[in-house]
Amino acid sequence: MTVVRFVSHDGKTHAVPVEEGQSLMQVATNNAVPGIDGDCGGEAACGTCHVIVDPQWSECVGPPGADEEEMLAMNPEREPTSRLSCQMVVSDVWDGLSVRLPEFQM
Amino acid sequence: MTALRTVIVGASHAGAQLAASLRQEGWDGEIVLVGDESPVPYQRPPLSKAYLAGKSAFEELEIRSAEFYDKRKISLLDARVEAIDHSAGHLTLSSGQSLAYDHLALCTGARPRRLLVPGAHLSGVCYLRTAMDVDLIRAAAQPGSVAVIVGGGYIGLEVAASLRALGLDVTVLEATERVLERVTAPEVSAFFQRVHQEEGVSIRTGALVEAFTGETKVREVLLSNGEAVPADLVIVGIGVEPNTELAASAGLEVDNGIVIDDRARTSDRNIVAAGDCTSRYMASYGGRVRLECVPSAGEQAKVAAATISGKSKEIAALPWFWSDQYDVKLQIAGLNTGFDEVVLSGDPKLDRDFTCFYLRQGELIAADCVNRPRDFVVSKRLLTQASRGVGRAELTSAVSDAGA
Repeated sequence: MTVVRFVSHDGKTHAVPVEEGQSLMQVATNNAVPGIDGDCGGEAACGTCHVIVDPQWSECVGPPGADEEEMLAMNPEREPTSRLSCQMVVSDVWDGLSVRLPEFQM
Repeated sequence: MTALRTVIVGASHAGAQLAASLRQEGWDGEIVLVGDESPVPYQRPPLSKAYLAGKSAFEELEIRSAEFYDKRKISLLDARVEAIDHSAGHLTLSSGQSLAYDHLALCTGARPRRLLVPGAHLSGVCYLRTAMDVDLIRAAAQPGSVAVIVGGGYIGLEVAASLRALGLDVTVLEATERVLERVTAPEVSAFFQRVHQEEGVSIRTGALVEAFTGETKVREVLLSNGEAVPADLVIVGIGVEPNTELAASAGLEVDNGIVIDDRARTSDRNIVAAGDCTSRYMASYGGRVRLECVPSAGEQAKVAAATISGKSKEIAALPWFWSDQYDVKLQIAGLNTGFDEVVLSGDPKLDRDFTCFYLRQGELIAADCVNRPRDFVVSKRLLTQASRGVGRAELTSAVSDAGA
């Protein structure tokens, strides 16, 4: 079983089982991970599913796409490994992946 | 002691979020989410976009999986509520059964406004609110057939774009002098009119529909100037009306929506409401406002859940909206009600990316961002964080080519 960890701003960890092919935002909302809203349902339109990927995993997970980058660019909590989780499609090789949540979503 | 029960009437975006948020708030009583549409709450925004264009399957629309509700002991009840007896604390369902509650939340949403003209009953005259509505439209939308859309608002224009993608011949009939007349500046209306024309849609403004004609199926749309527009399929998108009957008959205050306060409480402090069915006083707009959008439904639902849980949260988020048409992604921050000045960044007459900032008495109140996510993010932040108004100078420094 592939497990991804969401670490909230106050340090609480939510370990969640994931299935290949799901979006990471969908995984978070299906498991009630606090701090991920996903208001637009996965269109990269709202920026409310921002996560910061553990730098050790950033190469494996990959960089944001062009539209996603535009949404992240002006976010004050942007970090080098920031992604919108709605644009991250889960892969089986992500077992052990850890992502951090920003203090505020958009 | 038996557990307290919250009944949520309406299982779309607001209802689904309210149920989820109750559990996040730690509310451990029973939750019954009553809906009359689909076994599992689904997303409506993609209906007129990806779902109509055939790019996503129904299963992909689920807001959360069925297991989510199951695991958190949220019961999904397929039923219609006919009446509220608040003094007795129970609802009457259309089956005749009654359902008792301790806490009640109304998330009854809105329904498409009907166009009451002769021939409105003909087959092929459609509305768009539910997935079932879209299934009907898709079944009738054969490539090469002729679709007439009544209403040049967001729904009408999104449907036009999706039907063009399916290869239909599309005409939009707008009663006023420009599309999006109620919601945007003339510059933005002109932009969308140009884009749709470039994509092969015929847009007719000042076009008043008098009747639909045909034997059993619609064949023509008759206009007030006597013209007959041929049609194999008609989609009417002339706005929505809030579903307030249940609330009104229970004696709750209704004013273009179920009136709620900043904690999502109705005029009966023991009943909360959230979503498109509500109207709320917003000081910055000088009156009660009824918002029709998913982000607002979600925000109100979260606050309603906190209120039921005995916590104190207030509805505060800035309203925002989005629309996808062809390669155009529009993101709107704030409400432009009462604007008296616009500042443009980019050229809406030539390009497919620009931002229209709306100002009222010299201060930023909203922004329509077309393929400009950066401007959207900046505008949303300026509008949310400014403890005082953001003037033109500050706007120009935040967005380098605004007003250039």
